[in-house]
Amino acid sequence: MSAPIYNFAYLDEQTKRMIRRAILKAVAIPGYQVPFASREMPMPYGWGTGGVQVTAAILGPDDVLKVIDQGADDTTNAVSIRKFFVKTAGVRTTTRTRDATVIQTRHRIPETALAAHQIIVFQVPIPEPLRFLEPRDTETRRMHALADYGIMHVKLYEDIARHGHIATSYAYPVKVDGRYVMDPSPTPKFDNPKMSDCPALQLFGAGREKRIYAIPPWTRVVSLDFEDHPFERYRFDATCALCGATDSFLDEVVTDDRGGRMFVCSDTDYCERRRADGEAA
Amino acid sequence: MYVAVKGGERAIENAHRLLAHARRGDPAVPELALEQIKEQLTLAVDRVMNEGSLYDRDLAALAIRQARGDLIEAIFLLRAFRATLPRFGTSVPVDTAGMAITRRISAAFKDLPGGQVLGPTFDYTHRLLEPEGGSDAAGEPATAPASADEMPRVTDLLASDDLIEPSASSEAAERPAGDLTRDPLSFPAERDLRLQNLARGDEGFVLALGYSTQRGYGRNHPFAGEIRLGDVAVEFFAEEIGFAVPLGHITLTECQMVNQFRGTATEPPRFTRGYGLGFGHCERKAMAMALVDRALRARELGEELRAPAQDEEFVLSHSDNVQATGFVEHLKLPHYVDFQAELGLVRRLRAEFEEAAAERARQAAQEAAE
Repeated sequence: MSAPIYNFAYLDEQTKRMIRRAILKAVAIPGYQVPFASREMPMPYGWGTGGVQVTAAILGPDDVLKVIDQGADDTTNAVSIRKFFVKTAGVRTTTRTRDATVIQTRHRIPETALAAHQIIVFQVPIPEPLRFLEPRDTETRRMHALADYGIMHVKLYEDIARHGHIATSYAYPVKVDGRYVMDPSPTPKFDNPKMSDCPALQLFGAGREKRIYAIPPWTRVVSLDFEDHPFERYRFDATCALCGATDSFLDEVVTDDRGGRMFVCSDTDYCERRRADGEAA
Repeated sequence: MYVAVKGGERAIENAHRLLAHARRGDPAVPELALEQIKEQLTLAVDRVMNEGSLYDRDLAALAIRQARGDLIEAIFLLRAFRATLPRFGTSVPVDTAGMAITRRISAAFKDLPGGQVLGPTFDYTHRLLEPEGGSDAAGEPATAPASADEMPRVTDLLASDDLIEPSASSEAAERPAGDLTRDPLSFPAERDLRLQNLARGDEGFVLALGYSTQRGYGRNHPFAGEIRLGDVAVEFFAEEIGFAVPLGHITLTECQMVNQFRGTATEPPRFTRGYGLGFGHCERKAMAMALVDRALRARELGEELRAPAQDEEFVLSHSDNVQATGFVEHLKLPHYVDFQAELGLVRRLRAEFEEAAAERARQAAQEAAE
């Protein structure tokens, strides 16, 4: 048994070309889910195989990669994916949002605004925003084709009728470029406004479900709402206990068994930069 | 003070080291040799090759050892390796009629050309634990002279009387078979892709679905027309030299279910087919696969679609255990930010609920006072 030799960034060039074709189509039809022949990756489905395949297909030797999970660079899965690309592609990596050319993320968009030379790759578990309303792909495909999003509006309306407001706090559906309703991946809805008119290219990869979709730069992304119940961003009303930020999404950390809590930035790079800047000043 | 709840590189490395130790177990016990797995855990090797979609006994044995005997993990290892292999082409369809038979039984006919060949089967063993390891007591192998008789497939015998639907039409056979590892599966799916999906599908899942058809959820009146196990030649048509060259032999299990069909206005009453095929000795899987294959043909045969086993999207979307285990187990990855967002929502709903309750109490008190 001879030791297998892997290509740059793991995937063979034919596979990368197939994925790039899907990405180009996705960019051409913003918010549309393009089927692609997702491969078995050496990490489990659900661990970001879609994002990893997209990143592998777009990565070049000069890229600088940042990988985050829950906003943090040091969560185990982010560490594992970063190491995977260091090993298979030998690319430089960073934790600084500003220095990265490719950012792979799970569940967050960095607080630092993205720039035109950057690509953000989202890991997506269930790409179909209508899936929990209609389990059949044959049906949801037809709904997208006809832009028939009635069931989604009914669902949001029923939320309001029952709870007084829309009871979706993450994976909050958006409409891309006035056409396709899209799942932003399970990011908290706090991050939704960052997707609109973003200078960076946003790519979404769902490995198990075999779909790729995209938001091209400077595309309008609107969170679904009603005139009398406009979309609201949610953020716990506290300041970060480490950097004092009042504008970042916060992780709640349980500090004892007597109800003690503290709140810290979920975006570790943002938090560290702020602390470094604070000390320098 | 805030302790680092988020893991790090060292945590992963330590976990990997610990895993390696746990895998190895007591170092005083000799490590399992791959030959032992390959020779003595043959059915585990077969299952891993089947669901891993790669016919390689050595790699399957390696995967089983590396996975600590967790077959789904071993299947995953094999699949991930398979995904990186270049593809040279497609073999000529294998001919199971020309199989060198190890086992061949029919539950439909008492006797038939070529006869019934029991082969190595658990079927009539008494399931008593044998601490002395029945294996070393195997003694002399049971042998019989190779039969010179032809062993035609039972379905071919039925087909000659037109009592069973013909096998897939020749134009369908001309069309290259689909490959869901190279093209994303879309619905409705053709039978070639359905069969590929079932062959790769989790044995337990396919078994349970097949079982459900027997219990009335999409009943299709099956007879095990034939089950055969043996070796077939694999040939590859080489363009350069203009003829098919043999690549070697593989062991296959094939199951042809014969199912009742009452006919329609345009179709005469005759038996229909359910088909199962897998690498190695995999009878349970091949039989269950044949039941589910037949159930999934309900639409094509104009039957009412009522049961889960007849629901193509349901079956094909959930049969893959590598996908299933990944998505189920991914729930142990951090979901801090989503949970935080949900906490916010629940707190808000709670506050509104308590406000409303207080308001109701205030009104009740006011009314009582009036």
